Amino acid sequence: MNSPTRPSDRSECSGEAPASRRPSRLLLPALVWLGLCLVLPLFLMLAISFASRGTYGGVVWTLTLANYANVVDPLYVRIFARSVGLATLTTLLCLALGFPIAYYIARLPPRLQGIWLLLVMIPFWTNFLVRTYAWIFILRAEGLLNTVLAGLGLIGSPVDVLYSETAIVIGLVYGYLPFMILPLYAAVERLPVALVEAAWDLYASRWAVFWRVIVPLTKPGLVAGAILVFIPSVGAFITPDLMGGARTMMIGNLIQHEFLVARDWPFGSAIGLVLMASVLLGVVTYLRAEGPGARPAAGG
Amino acid sequence: MAEPSVELREVSKRHGDTLAVDRLSLTIRRGEFFSILGPSGSGKTTTLRMLAGFESPDAGDILIDGRSVRGVPPNRRPVNLVFQTYALFPHLTVAGNIAFGLEMRRVPRADIAARVQEALDMVRLQGKQDRLPAQLSGGEQQRVALARALVNRPAVLLLDEPLGALDQQLRADMQVELKTIQERVGLTFICVTHHQEEALTMSDRVAVMQQGRLLQVGSPRDIYEAPQSAFVAGFIGISNSLAGRIETVNGARCTVRAADLPSGFSVVARCPVGAGVGAQATVVLRPERIHLSADVQLNGYDNVLPARVSKAIYNGSETQYVLALSDRLSWQVRVPNIGNGQQRFQPGTPVFLRWHADEAVVLSE
Amino acid sequence: MVRRTPWLLSASVANLCFLYAPILVLILFSFNASRLSAAWQGFTLEWYRLLAEDEALRLSVWNSLLVALVSTLVATGLGVCAAIGLERHPFRGQKVVESAMLLPLVIPEIMMGVSLMLFFLLVKLPLSLITVTIGHAAFNLPIVLVIVRARLRKLDPSLEEAARDLGATPWQAFSRVTLPLLVPAMWGSVLLAFTISLDDFIVTFFTAGPGSTTLPLYVYSMVKSGVTPVINALSAILVVVSMTLIGASLALQRR
Repeated sequence: MNSPTRPSDRSECSGEAPASRRPSRLLLPALVWLGLCLVLPLFLMLAISFASRGTYGGVVWTLTLANYANVVDPLYVRIFARSVGLATLTTLLCLALGFPIAYYIARLPPRLQGIWLLLVMIPFWTNFLVRTYAWIFILRAEGLLNTVLAGLGLIGSPVDVLYSETAIVIGLVYGYLPFMILPLYAAVERLPVALVEAAWDLYASRWAVFWRVIVPLTKPGLVAGAILVFIPSVGAFITPDLMGGARTMMIGNLIQHEFLVARDWPFGSAIGLVLMASVLLGVVTYLRAEGPGARPAAGG
Repeated sequence: MAEPSVELREVSKRHGDTLAVDRLSLTIRRGEFFSILGPSGSGKTTTLRMLAGFESPDAGDILIDGRSVRGVPPNRRPVNLVFQTYALFPHLTVAGNIAFGLEMRRVPRADIAARVQEALDMVRLQGKQDRLPAQLSGGEQQRVALARALVNRPAVLLLDEPLGALDQQLRADMQVELKTIQERVGLTFICVTHHQEEALTMSDRVAVMQQGRLLQVGSPRDIYEAPQSAFVAGFIGISNSLAGRIETVNGARCTVRAADLPSGFSVVARCPVGAGVGAQATVVLRPERIHLSADVQLNGYDNVLPARVSKAIYNGSETQYVLALSDRLSWQVRVPNIGNGQQRFQPGTPVFLRWHADEAVVLSE
Repeated sequence: MVRRTPWLLSASVANLCFLYAPILVLILFSFNASRLSAAWQGFTLEWYRLLAEDEALRLSVWNSLLVALVSTLVATGLGVCAAIGLERHPFRGQKVVESAMLLPLVIPEIMMGVSLMLFFLLVKLPLSLITVTIGHAAFNLPIVLVIVRARLRKLDPSLEEAARDLGATPWQAFSRVTLPLLVPAMWGSVLLAFTISLDDFIVTFFTAGPGSTTLPLYVYSMVKSGVTPVINALSAILVVVSMTLIGASLALQRR
């Protein structure tokens, strides 16, 4: 009887929410702005994706599925496959690199947590182009890596790392690693240490503690991190543009090429929508499948 | 008698599917310390929020100082609320918090300073006026919340679980202090709590609510000594009860026989008003009013029942016994630990319970 | 826990090295006297001097600042209003509107860039600094919304009730209690939005027209045309500026 019963006390007055069921007028300007700059353009793209290219670029309003048929051309399928493959690899590498540091930070005293998080964030807030350039500076044939390796006498002729899929993955991992670390940190931080200790106490090895307790309970963070890394990676433009070569084109480059070089807006739109639809579909399916299991730790 | 400070007339409030407050009528006198006691979900918080103006009744009317407050927004009501979470403005100093209500009502600046100082004195927070809430202890925050409400000299001061967030010791001190302050300022205090000891200690009168309904109103003594229902009895800490049937009535006394009692035994108790022979009745008995003894003699008591000790729990000031009266009936008895030579009963030993008829309460259904 | 896992510490430090080394190397070599080689050939400030003389760079910086300033103001105004509207006035279908508003955070940025470009071209709005600014406001709005809303949600709802109980009108309760408590979050989101706008490449790339080169576009064209120590010098400056802005933003959000 003495135990405070606040949660149900709250429910006692849960009916206080204003009865007005219409959105506030405060919402209107933002809705209009985003509607015009976000939703409408996407629908416009959808419409254009069923049209044809005019002779000098532009759009001829005919109803056709030709653009979507073109997407399954092996040439483009290969680009899609490469994009998904590189983005998946990037995501997995970010997970492997991000988990230890996220876990370490989450178990530090709160004051140190802030400092470490700041340390993780600072490079992230440096211009993406600058960070990409940094790796170009290091990896190119006359770059720092080769200079150092040659200086040490380890290699005779320069190693060609830049303009390859390896370079792209390095650039993407470097670019999006903090996207993985932050949600992972948040998830681990919410995971009570006592649960890990309880598992230990119940004879779990460290390996078992990790797989049976830590991973399941930090799944929301894992999922969030994976989504946050995968989406910009699969649609990346700068990294493959600057660090990849002609033979390592990704979807982002293809879209840019179709819009600005080939001036085939309808086909570019179709590619973009296929990309967006598959990403959203993948994310939604993933969240649905993982959803129920992902809940408990989010609340804890 | 002066007109009542607050009057609730048949007030009802629905939250979704549940009736949070069900035709509640209450009259609260001017200058009274009135507590509404009940478990969570009893509607006490909703009642308080309707008085403050954060919710409006679906039916019925609320009068403050004789005037209906229907449709009057919180900022125009002559009441102030001490929030359960205190709700101190984190960006304002202690003085800024206390002055807030006065500023809203455009009290002249010079008066504000004086009244803030006076309020600080009253809650013994002199010298802390420039602190921010985050720099205060829980007890100090509680007192700022109190001062912030009191400084407006409201017709009614509302308190929502005022001591709920404090630890045991501070809670006991503040109970006395709240009562003292209330007597000094002479305002009507309406306090909502689920803590029976708090309600009994501070209040002039207590109302017990359950599931939106008012069960009983009365002085703390009335509530404690003469609960009118099993729920009230249970809620204020009477754990021993015995359901049976009235067998004989002898003036103000009656005997109750119950299937749960050992055969041949019955209980003598005060006869409930209007109850006759054969009526259903429940005898409830406080754990501290039962005397234990090793022999069966009445020794001036009206009742004696045999039992066996199932547990004896020593907890410092008293020993708590769990006693089996029969297979189906188990009672608790608390015996103060008064020192050496006191008889102790080991688990498994037989024992006799004795009590005066007037100590038990009989509830007729 | 921490003491028992020294390898976690090593892994974390290695991770930080991975994050910092490229940037530090970049800054270090902005003082390298060699124009072509990545070998150290002595200290120089020559590349910074060249930057200072670059008229086109100066113009692009002004363009970027202008776009960032205006788009941040618009995004903050609309975002704060929307946050209050969403948090304080629940309505039917709110979930749908909320997800739609967060769309820019989950769709590939390049999609936002090209769809905006198509939109502007079809409504015959010439690509310019104005179109860039409109686009930046659109992707900054959800960011402001998320930050301000998180702060609003953390505020004890009984604070406004307390103000009302103490005689404040709804507007007074908002302006005297809620608004002051939102200010740090607002400043935090302003600085964040400003930085993101300043750094944006993709959306700008597709919505900028001739003569509306922003700083990232300029950097991109420099990198495209070859590695020179001048880019190192410019990068070094950008690193310091971003760090300052973000440091200020975090400090304000924490208050």
